[in-house]
Amino acid sequence: MFESLSSRLGKVFEKLTGRGALSEADVTEALREVRVALLEADVALSVVKEFIGRVKARAVGQEVIKSVTPGQMVVKIVHDELIATLGTKGTELNLSAVPPVVILMVGLQGSGKTTTSAKIALKLKKEKKKVLLASLDVYRPAAQQQLQILAGQAEVGSLPIVMGEMPVAISRRAVDVGRKEGYDVVILDTAGRLHIDQELMAEVAAVRDATQPTETLLVTDAMTGQDAVTLAREFNEKVGVTGIVLTRIDGDARGGAALSMRAITGRPIKFLGAGEKLDALEVFHPDRIAGRILGMGDVVGLVEKAMETLDQEEAERLAKRMEKGKFDLDDMRKQFAQVRKMGDLKGILGMLPGIGKMAGALKDANIDNKMVARQEAIITSMTKAERRNPDLIKASRKKRIAAGAGVEVQDVNKLLKQYQQMADMMKKVGKLGQKGLMRHGIGGLLPPGMKFGR
Amino acid sequence: MSIFGFGKKKDAAPAPAPDPAPTPAEESASWFGRLKSGLAKSSSKLTSGLGDLFTKRKLDDEALEELEELLITADLGVATAARVTKHLAKTRFGQDVTSDEIKATLAEEITRILGPVARPLAIDPARKPHVVLVVGVNGSGKTTTIGKMAKTYKDAGLNVTLAAGDTFRAAAVEQLKVWGERTNCPVIARETGADAAGLAYDAVEQSRARGDDLLFIDTAGRLQNKADLMAELAKLVRSIKKVDETAPHDVLLVLDATVGQNAHSQVEIFKDMVAVSGLVLTKLDGTARGGVLVALAEKFGLPVHAIGVGEKVEDLRPFEADAFARSLVGME
Repeated sequence: MFESLSSRLGKVFEKLTGRGALSEADVTEALREVRVALLEADVALSVVKEFIGRVKARAVGQEVIKSVTPGQMVVKIVHDELIATLGTKGTELNLSAVPPVVILMVGLQGSGKTTTSAKIALKLKKEKKKVLLASLDVYRPAAQQQLQILAGQAEVGSLPIVMGEMPVAISRRAVDVGRKEGYDVVILDTAGRLHIDQELMAEVAAVRDATQPTETLLVTDAMTGQDAVTLAREFNEKVGVTGIVLTRIDGDARGGAALSMRAITGRPIKFLGAGEKLDALEVFHPDRIAGRILGMGDVVGLVEKAMETLDQEEAERLAKRMEKGKFDLDDMRKQFAQVRKMGDLKGILGMLPGIGKMAGALKDANIDNKMVARQEAIITSMTKAERRNPDLIKASRKKRIAAGAGVEVQDVNKLLKQYQQMADMMKKVGKLGQKGLMRHGIGGLLPPGMKFGR
Repeated sequence: MSIFGFGKKKDAAPAPAPDPAPTPAEESASWFGRLKSGLAKSSSKLTSGLGDLFTKRKLDDEALEELEELLITADLGVATAARVTKHLAKTRFGQDVTSDEIKATLAEEITRILGPVARPLAIDPARKPHVVLVVGVNGSGKTTTIGKMAKTYKDAGLNVTLAAGDTFRAAAVEQLKVWGERTNCPVIARETGADAAGLAYDAVEQSRARGDDLLFIDTAGRLQNKADLMAELAKLVRSIKKVDETAPHDVLLVLDATVGQNAHSQVEIFKDMVAVSGLVLTKLDGTARGGVLVALAEKFGLPVHAIGVGEKVEDLRPFEADAFARSLVGME
């Protein structure tokens, strides 16, 4: 749907072959793409602008690490800044008050308050807390019944429904019952309301005053667009928010609202709602959200892994050989070895942008470490002369190699074909310079038709 | 109604407008007035931005960039905002313009894009029943939209039946039943957890036997990237077709105006899976502008049948391109 940030940046940096520090011009050009990517991820414009300013200050003059492209370097800086803005992971609920501790749930209509209330109740129950759920939603038909049913599913307490009772009175009764019956936590689920609906905002403020919650959680849909800023600001000003819950993170929205709301309110994101089941509540992981917002899978993880494990000298030696148009089976074997060093191949592929959609194709293609190991075995079953000059390998040699590696002749054929494709591509890549190796090295291992965006 | 404890929340007064943009004539019978009072809230920021920008100002690159950004904050998306702005530049670049002129030109361009998709839902009672399937992500407002539509068509004299196809979410069936009682429409339902496709099959069969004019089938909210849930929805459509090959006659995708660029993905996938025939945009009475609709119109050209500008039954309104566009840019 949307181009991922890394493919956008790829285009920007295609022309750039220079190394060394990132120049201001490079950064400005790259950040233009970052801006679009953030906006497409629904980060609010005002937040985007401020964010870009900070990244720029950090990025200009930054040294580019040898094995990555300038584009990847910028992505890394953007990503780190995103994480810094999104805040630390796993901010716990504040339950330090005289029981019953009150948690107030607020948000727009349809943001997922009721489901989230039940999820938090279940989580607290697992932590040995005695939890009471109470619905103050007297407006939406059957909303109170919904929470009652969910309370039953979570096996936590549920405040009996009294028809016609209004929200503030319900909240008082909930706290009373909580106190008398020895509950540790009372969760108040409120009706969805628009932040500009003064009457209903006053109502929820009255509930807050009556019950003195230690936590007031703003529940927001991960699909929320530019309006996230307005609603977060209004809820925070009028009710006072202590934390944010981002729901429907299991959808395919990029979740830029998380950044907007965090930046505007300064409140931590406490939980992520990741499914319809009551146990689908996750603690917040800034890195996960950052990756989503950038729409790039975990390129950053890949870059870090590459930095840790790839043998620079070896990579450069290979690149030099390619520039000269020399790429033989020994080189291919060394590439396999490097890939294996990086760990599980599926894990690495999962870090690459756009690979999510190809999950099915990957399964069919049976790409795994075993396959790489088998291919290495085929190459090591060849003589040195054969590895340097694959043209030598005819029928009888193939049989011998297959027998040596414990595979069929057709596997040898497949490998040779793959080698040919790789060699052809490497020739082209060689012309792009050393960065080309990093860029295409892993891609070259994929069967034709499975190239991913870069 | 009071016996259910579901008081109307805003009987006393409609939601007050925000400070900078008071909106008179709240109770105006004209739907434009109502829409405007909803949208005025959304566009107040956009409008004030335009006001700051364009009072006696030359339309230069800088002004255009700021204008483009204002459109982005209305969720039009980067590409659409750029296109609309470029169009503006073509005709007015370098001229001294007032904010009113800019608004008018902008509204014109947005109307040009939205005009072709502003088409009301066309019910053909001769189908006995005309089957309308309502789909969307969780919390977009499917059940409420059905309730409002049921009331409208019931008042127009049609025999309307509702089918509680959301057999997944707790109390979803009860929620629709309340709407059935409010609107005096029969509700076909099974217990929560029942097979939705089977229920849909029965509903079409029963509704047909009764000789209904119109049948609304509610469905469970589902995120479009959940392949199994989308497959279930496709199965539900197949089971409807077993009773009536031509049904469902309309498949409405309900979108929340608060949604950002993910609306593209929602329309794309729901359209692929169940042949969405039209859109309804809900919750336009907040500060969300629903500008993504402009981008969706450009990309998919699906009819927009109605918009929701409040919680009352009469707050579901036909979609009119000109009024929407003018309200979006803050024209009175």
